Amino acid sequence: MGRPFEMRSWTRVGGVLLALLVGYGVVELALRSGWIGRYGENVLMAIGINILLAVSLHVILGLAGQFSIGQAGFLAVGAYTAAVVTTRLDMPFELALVAGVVVSVLMGLLVGLPTLRLRGDYLAIATLGFAEIVRISLLNFDYVGGAAGMQLPHLTTWTHLFVSLVLVFTLVLTFTHSAYGRATLAVREDEIAAEAMGISPTFVKVFAFAFGAGIAGLAGGLYAHTFYVIQPVDFGFLKSFEILVFVVLGGIGSLSGATLAAVLLTILSTYLQQFPEIRMILYSVVLILIMLFRPQGLLGDREFGDLLSVFRPKKGADVR
Amino acid sequence: MDVWLQQLLNAISLGAIYALIALGYTMVYGIIKLINFAHGDVFMVGAFLGYYAMLLVDGTPLGANPWTKLLVALLVAMVGSTLLGVTIERVAYRRLRNSPRLAALTTAIGVSFLLEYGTIYLRGAQGAQPEAYPTLFTAHLDLFGATLKMDALVILVTSFLLMIVLQFIVQNTQTGRAMRAVSFDMDAARLMGISVDRTISVTFALGSALGGAAGVVYGLYYTSIDPFMGLLPGLKAFIAAVVGGIGSIPGAMVGGFLIGLLETGVSALGFSLFRDAVAFIVLILILLVRPEGIFGEHVREKV
Repeated sequence: MGRPFEMRSWTRVGGVLLALLVGYGVVELALRSGWIGRYGENVLMAIGINILLAVSLHVILGLAGQFSIGQAGFLAVGAYTAAVVTTRLDMPFELALVAGVVVSVLMGLLVGLPTLRLRGDYLAIATLGFAEIVRISLLNFDYVGGAAGMQLPHLTTWTHLFVSLVLVFTLVLTFTHSAYGRATLAVREDEIAAEAMGISPTFVKVFAFAFGAGIAGLAGGLYAHTFYVIQPVDFGFLKSFEILVFVVLGGIGSLSGATLAAVLLTILSTYLQQFPEIRMILYSVVLILIMLFRPQGLLGDREFGDLLSVFRPKKGADVR
Repeated sequence: MDVWLQQLLNAISLGAIYALIALGYTMVYGIIKLINFAHGDVFMVGAFLGYYAMLLVDGTPLGANPWTKLLVALLVAMVGSTLLGVTIERVAYRRLRNSPRLAALTTAIGVSFLLEYGTIYLRGAQGAQPEAYPTLFTAHLDLFGATLKMDALVILVTSFLLMIVLQFIVQNTQTGRAMRAVSFDMDAARLMGISVDRTISVTFALGSALGGAAGVVYGLYYTSIDPFMGLLPGLKAFIAAVVGGIGSIPGAMVGGFLIGLLETGVSALGFSLFRDAVAFIVLILILLVRPEGIFGEHVREKV
């Protein structure tokens, strides 16, 4: 893995905080002054939400090595929970987001506990099956509008998105470099060896699964209140596939890679909005070519920090 | 009584289609341990090829008789799917044979989407719209108060014939023996002079041919096809293969019929909206209780 997340001095922390504040302020100002219009704001929201989704799968697939192709299921759970809380129960939006996360985490546990005994391909199909079950249930549940879906107020603001992103990145980075994070990576690399070292693979996997599910649930709440309407059809296999492409393209195991891919592909797909089939053909061809010629993804499992350190002498050999 | 008989007949027809698709999954999985996600879409392409073949022969003498028309459609669909399946294996999967399984599975998902959206693109303006499949047979057969549509009978006969042919190929021919050897131990088979690449190609060819035939049969049964029709039946067929014991040919057949039976049963009991979810619930249950499936053997993991 990449370099540890070093926080040697407070100046560094201060620098990061300052950069974040400036970034937040600049965008906020641009939004208020109308320099970023309604369209630009939607693109911005889509990018942020897709980053969250990419990170959610990064935790499950990149860190824990569990092949989930049902992320859209957790997204749906978060979206619908949040939507019910705001429109049916008339609670504040922030509470709805929290509720979405909580229910998604519970779902993650519910799916994780039985299915994580499965490996690789079987787990993939089981998670896909879970997402399908969620979608079909929503389709038949009249309380949430059935196939017509739910109409929602536009509540997601740049502040919500920004705070969510900072929170999620802080949590994921802290987790990755904690003892639990290292245990998770150990399970990803070799489950049996990790177990021999006293790590419980089931615990680690279920934890990662619930963690990733929670992030997807948060993304769901934000998603639901950005685009006015949610329908079960939005959370099909196609959505899960898109999320998978972010992580695979960026590099399985690389947080920066997943983020970068989410940003690039979201921008690309807004340009290709009028040609959905060309967009999907492009997506799949890119995915196939990446797998054939660079299966580790664009960044491999490196992070941006590592790229900067290319010019410095190497401290240790690469793990892979 | 006749209602139940009717449902049973429906279940068997549906099961036969699942079984045909499941055979393609199980054979490929048995030999290279890959969930060939694109198999459902090969099935879809087969359905479209059969459809266009039927349109093409419509004015000619071949199109006058429903039986020759069916034969032409099946033949075109099977040949086309075979070529497609073999090409997919050659271009996308062969390079990845020694890569992590994740890479191969991701590629398979990519190929699946490429076929779906490629079909939409090629069909032009109507793109993702469904296409009405021509009706070949209108005759009915009364059976103890239940009606057996001629279509259903054709489906059954075609499926069983194909399965018997497949079973014969796998059990009684040199190629079949090679397939079984490669699936048992690829390296040992290679040492015995078996061309592994060729054998895998043959496996893909056979599985895809059955998938293509299933596409035509599906079109006749449901009278409507669309570019996304491969996804759900494909997944259900895969589940059927898992239920039966992946890698086992009789298992795939039994699994296919079981899923067909279950689905029809759930619909008949009035839960038709949840029909598509049942297969996945079955999958999760079977994986928890008996992951090796009905006909599978338990394989201990090597450390």
